[in-house]
Amino acid sequence: MKEKIIEKVLLLIALSSVFILGLITLFIFEEGLPLMLKIGLKAFLFGQKWIPSKGLFGIFPMIVSSFWVTFGALVLGIPLGLACTIFLSELIPPSIGTLFRPAIQLLAAIPSVIYGFWGLIVLVPLIRNYLGGPGMSILAGSLVLSFMILPTIITISGDSLKTLPPSYKAGSLALGATHWQTIWRVLIPAARSGIVASIILGMGRAIGETMAMIMILGNAVKMPTSFLDSARTLTTNIGIEMGYAAGDHRQALFATGIVLFFIIMALNTLAIFLSRRRVR
Amino acid sequence: MNLNPKNFSWLHLLLLILLGLGCQRSKAGITVAGSTSVEPFAELLAEEYMSQHPGSRIYVQGGGSTAGIEAAITHAANIGMSSRNLIDDEKKLYAVTIARDAIAVIVHPMNPIQNLSLDQIRDIFSGKIKNWKALGGPNHPIDVVTREEGSGTRESFQKFVMRKEDISLGALVQDSNGAVRQVIATDPNAIGYISLGLVNDEVKALKLSGVEPNLINVYDGRYTLVRPFLFVSDGEPVGEAKSFSDFVLSPPAQKLLLKEGLVPVLQKLD
Repeated sequence: MKEKIIEKVLLLIALSSVFILGLITLFIFEEGLPLMLKIGLKAFLFGQKWIPSKGLFGIFPMIVSSFWVTFGALVLGIPLGLACTIFLSELIPPSIGTLFRPAIQLLAAIPSVIYGFWGLIVLVPLIRNYLGGPGMSILAGSLVLSFMILPTIITISGDSLKTLPPSYKAGSLALGATHWQTIWRVLIPAARSGIVASIILGMGRAIGETMAMIMILGNAVKMPTSFLDSARTLTTNIGIEMGYAAGDHRQALFATGIVLFFIIMALNTLAIFLSRRRVR
Repeated sequence: MNLNPKNFSWLHLLLLILLGLGCQRSKAGITVAGSTSVEPFAELLAEEYMSQHPGSRIYVQGGGSTAGIEAAITHAANIGMSSRNLIDDEKKLYAVTIARDAIAVIVHPMNPIQNLSLDQIRDIFSGKIKNWKALGGPNHPIDVVTREEGSGTRESFQKFVMRKEDISLGALVQDSNGAVRQVIATDPNAIGYISLGLVNDEVKALKLSGVEPNLINVYDGRYTLVRPFLFVSDGEPVGEAKSFSDFVLSPPAQKLLLKEGLVPVLQKLD
C-alpha cells in the first residue's frame, strides 16, 4: 500500500516536469506564432534587417551567426575534446585520471557569465590589438564556446569509449597492433556513434549559450562577413532585447525562441538517434 | 504524518508570522516601476522618503520605460518611470518631469578628438563616416557602440541626434549604460553615448559643437542632448503616490538628484 503511494507520487512528479515542458512550449508558440504569421514566415526567417522600431523583423543574419559561431566552436573544440578523451581513457594511469576527470567536469560548473567576463577582459583586447576589428567578434565567441563545450564532448565520448567490450582492445593488441593503432583504428571507430552524439550535444550547448555570448559577441545585427566581425546569435537577440520589448517586438523575440526551439529539437533528436544506433 | 505538540507549535508560529507579514504588506505600499535609467535615482528617493515616513513602503522596480508606461496604464504600478518623452496615445497619461538628464557622447580618454558637431555624430552612427581620419583623428576604423532597441536612452538619442537617419546595423550593441562605458573604456577606437551622470574618468565626454556637457550648460539650455525623467500615472496620483511624487519635487529631494548628477526641475535651490 505504502509502496503504491510512493509510486504514484513519483509518477506525478515525473509527469509534472513533462507537463511544465509542454506549458513552456505552448506559451512560446502562443506568444510568437501570431507575429510569424503576421509578417510571413519567409520575411521572418530570411529577412536581412532587424529594426523593431520600424517593424522590420528579419532574423536571417542571426541564424547565420548562430551557426557560424557554433561551427567555429566545433572546429576548435572537437580536436581538443577528442584528444582529451583519448588521453584520459587510454593513455594515463587511472590514478591520475581520477584527478583530471573532476577537473574537466568542473569546467561545466563554471557559470557562463564568468566565461563571458574572462573572454571580455582577456580575449577581446588580444583580438583587437593583434588581429584588428572591434575585438568583440565571432572569433572571440567561438574560442570561449569551444572551452564551454569541452566537458560535454569529453564526458559523453569518454563514456562511450569506456562501455566498449574489453575484447576489442585485447583482440587488437593480440593481433600485434600497437596501442596507438588500436585506439585509432579499433576503439574510435567502434565508439563512433557515441562520439558523434557527444559532438551534437556540444553543438546544442553552443547554440543555446546566451550570457557569455552577449558579453563578447558585440551583438551587432548585420550579416557577419568575417571571423573578426561582431555578430548577434538567436539567443543573444532574445537576451539583450527582452527587458525593454513590448508589443510586436516582444512577440518577435518569442518567435526567435520558436526558431531556436526547432534547431535544438532537431539536434537533440539527431543525438538520441545516433547514440541508440550503437546498441544494435 | 505525526503531529506531536512540538511540531505543531512551530507550525503555529510560522503561520502567525506569515499572517503578520501579509497584513503589513497590504497596509501601505506603492509600486514605482519602469526605466532602468531612472531606477537607481528612484531607489535613492524612496529610501529617503521611507526614512521620513516610517510605515510607508515604496517598491521600486526596473523593466524599461515602455514597460513602466504600460504598467501605469494597466495600474500594475502606481507610478511608471520613463526616461523618454511620451508618444502618441501615451500622452493621455498624467506626467511629471522629476529631473532632466543629459546624454554624453563618449570616447576613449586617449582619443585626440575633443569636439564633434551633431551632424558629425549622426554621420558616425549612421555609418557614413567610418574612419577617425575623416574627423582629424588617427587612421583607424571607428567602433560604433549603441544601446539595444527599446532602450529609453537609445530612443532619446535617435530623436535628438539621428532624427530620420537609422543607426548603422553594424554598430555594436550593449544592453546598459555600464556595458557601453566598459567597451569605450577598453577600446581606443570606440564611440558611444551614456547618461551624463555615469561618465567617469575611464572615458572622455566630447564637447557638442563646442559646448561642454556639464550640469551648468544643461541647466542653461546650451547643451541640447537632454531628456526628461518622467513619473507617469493614469490620472493625477492620489494618496501615498501623490505624497511620494510631491516629495520628489521638493527642494531637499531635488538637491539630492543634483548631487547624483541630474539636472533638477526646480528653479530655486538656494
